[in-house]
Amino acid sequence: MTPDDADYTFAYLDEATKRMIRRAVLKAVAIPGYQTPFASREMPMPYGWGTGGVQLTAACLTPDDVLKVIDQGADDTTNAVSIRAFFAKVAGVATTESTREATIIQTRHRIPETPLTEDQIMVFQVPIPEPLRFLEPRETETRRMHALADYGLMQVRLYEDVARHGAVTLAYAYPVRVAGRYVMDPSPIPRFDNPKLDRSPALMLFGAGREQRIYALPPWTRVESLDFEDHPFEASKPDRPCALCGAEDSYLDEVIVDDAGGRMFVCSDTDHCANRRAAGAQASAP
Amino acid sequence: MYVATKGGERAIGAAHAWLAEERRGDPATPALTVAQIREQMTLAVARVMAEGALYDPDLAALALKQARGDAVEAAFLIRAYRTTLPRLGASLALDTAAMACDRRISAIFKDLPGGQTLGPTFDYTHRLLDFALAAEDAPPPPAAPEAPPASSPAPRAAAILDREGVLQPEPEGADTPPDLTRAPLELPADRALRLQALARGDEGFLLALAYSSQRGYGRNHPFVGELRVGAAAVEVEIPELGFAVAIGEVALTECETINQFAGSTTEPAQFTRGYGLVLGCNERKAISMALVDRALRARELGEADADAPAQDEEFVLSHCDNVQASGFLEHIKLPHHVDFQAELELVRRLRAEATAAQAAASSEAAG
Repeated sequence: MTPDDADYTFAYLDEATKRMIRRAVLKAVAIPGYQTPFASREMPMPYGWGTGGVQLTAACLTPDDVLKVIDQGADDTTNAVSIRAFFAKVAGVATTESTREATIIQTRHRIPETPLTEDQIMVFQVPIPEPLRFLEPRETETRRMHALADYGLMQVRLYEDVARHGAVTLAYAYPVRVAGRYVMDPSPIPRFDNPKLDRSPALMLFGAGREQRIYALPPWTRVESLDFEDHPFEASKPDRPCALCGAEDSYLDEVIVDDAGGRMFVCSDTDHCANRRAAGAQASAP
Repeated sequence: MYVATKGGERAIGAAHAWLAEERRGDPATPALTVAQIREQMTLAVARVMAEGALYDPDLAALALKQARGDAVEAAFLIRAYRTTLPRLGASLALDTAAMACDRRISAIFKDLPGGQTLGPTFDYTHRLLDFALAAEDAPPPPAAPEAPPASSPAPRAAAILDREGVLQPEPEGADTPPDLTRAPLELPADRALRLQALARGDEGFLLALAYSSQRGYGRNHPFVGELRVGAAAVEVEIPELGFAVAIGEVALTECETINQFAGSTTEPAQFTRGYGLVLGCNERKAISMALVDRALRARELGEADADAPAQDEEFVLSHCDNVQASGFLEHIKLPHHVDFQAELELVRRLRAEATAAQAAASSEAAG
């Protein structure tokens, strides 16, 4: 570290703040899916850029950790680059683009395709932690609804979707029920990723800085996407393979390649796609 | 083409370099110094200190320079710095009654003990552009006439009403007020916490809320009981000494409003008050804060139909912080293509299903 960097404590936050965040994490782990209030601090990046996730990562990092940061599934998106550089500077930890090598993965909007392990922590950046927020704007009300497990409003909302459109029209941030109790917002991941939350071997932590909430899924927690018996939940993605590695089962970005409507579909998880291609996979000829 | 849609380290580096260039502007023009900003853009500096919640004119001036004059961005820089500072202790409550006032006016008495002091105000200027200021090397203005210093601090206007009992006494607060920078905001909030949030809240937001309450959304006619701009000593109790010592002074603007009376057939009528206190010189914000504070007391004071935006504690406190608000508002320019892709796919599927259903219906009708 240069003398300038030595002015910061390890991982930027002072020890008392990290302890406060760890206490909130412990409470969140003890009550899966419950939104634990915490005294979120101003960070040197704006609210909305992942301040909740950054505070969680700062509180969880140890000098031996290997950090991976993704945004939209990719390691090279601007904000992922910026957050990774931040921790490389203020914590001096090793960083990686490999899902397998990482011990902590901070993410915005995706869960990696590579299965996670018990030795990993996923940190999600959360904009609006309250799954009921767009049904009831008042925090005082939604806290009461969670306390009473009063989720009728959400069921009605999903039912109205089915009645009007024949299907639930939530494409991302699709609500889940955790361990049969709390309804939780999985952060704005596409609903394609929801099944990866269920009984995940990795600890999953969710941080909302502006809204001052932390919540968690301890390893192996049962996570069900809300649905109806006659309209079961469906994880969906574009019905085609990746144009680069040929993967049939990974989430895809649609990339517009010319101004005549030409497009290609490629893996959103850049590490997954690169690994497959390195192992010899390629798109089948069109 | 595919790679170009992803960002990257080089792009960020280049953007930062360009930003630094734009901030400096034409190098043929001399660079602004922090001292120039601190001395000549004092009201901008005050706003950054208030919303950044840190009293330091030099750092606020530096933040304005770095933020290219954007007050909200500058306040954010100050907040991000402030949060790294150790908390060494708490001062005694500021004695604003003993403030050395540059300006002190009361709108509810023609004259009052301590007198009306206009001070350096825009109030009675004619808003005509002064082209003489465009001259680069204009001499400093002649010194303003000075009055002899006051022999004793001006008593509060409210204290005069208090003696008569026509002003509702304020209930005592907790010994240690809550602190929203150290504990998550939980609702309902007490008045001390609300005032803390308003003091660092966005000036424009508070202005609009206060204005809405004047126009009938939670009407509550206020009089400016007193408006003070000046400096107050900050005193800290030093355990080793056993008494309080002044460690410096801060510039402040304080506004106390006197509002329409509450009362009933059984309870004698009394005036109520709203309170605003802001770091630095910022009357617009202090008055707005006092109006919003009073509006937020609607329930406590038993006012009927307290459902206007300015009276809604959760609405006001959740949205008054411009660092939070601008961060969340602007984050929508970050990449969202994964979520958009999910929506796009859903819309395409719903459209395909609806089109197929339509086609089936029309072929049935034709057949």
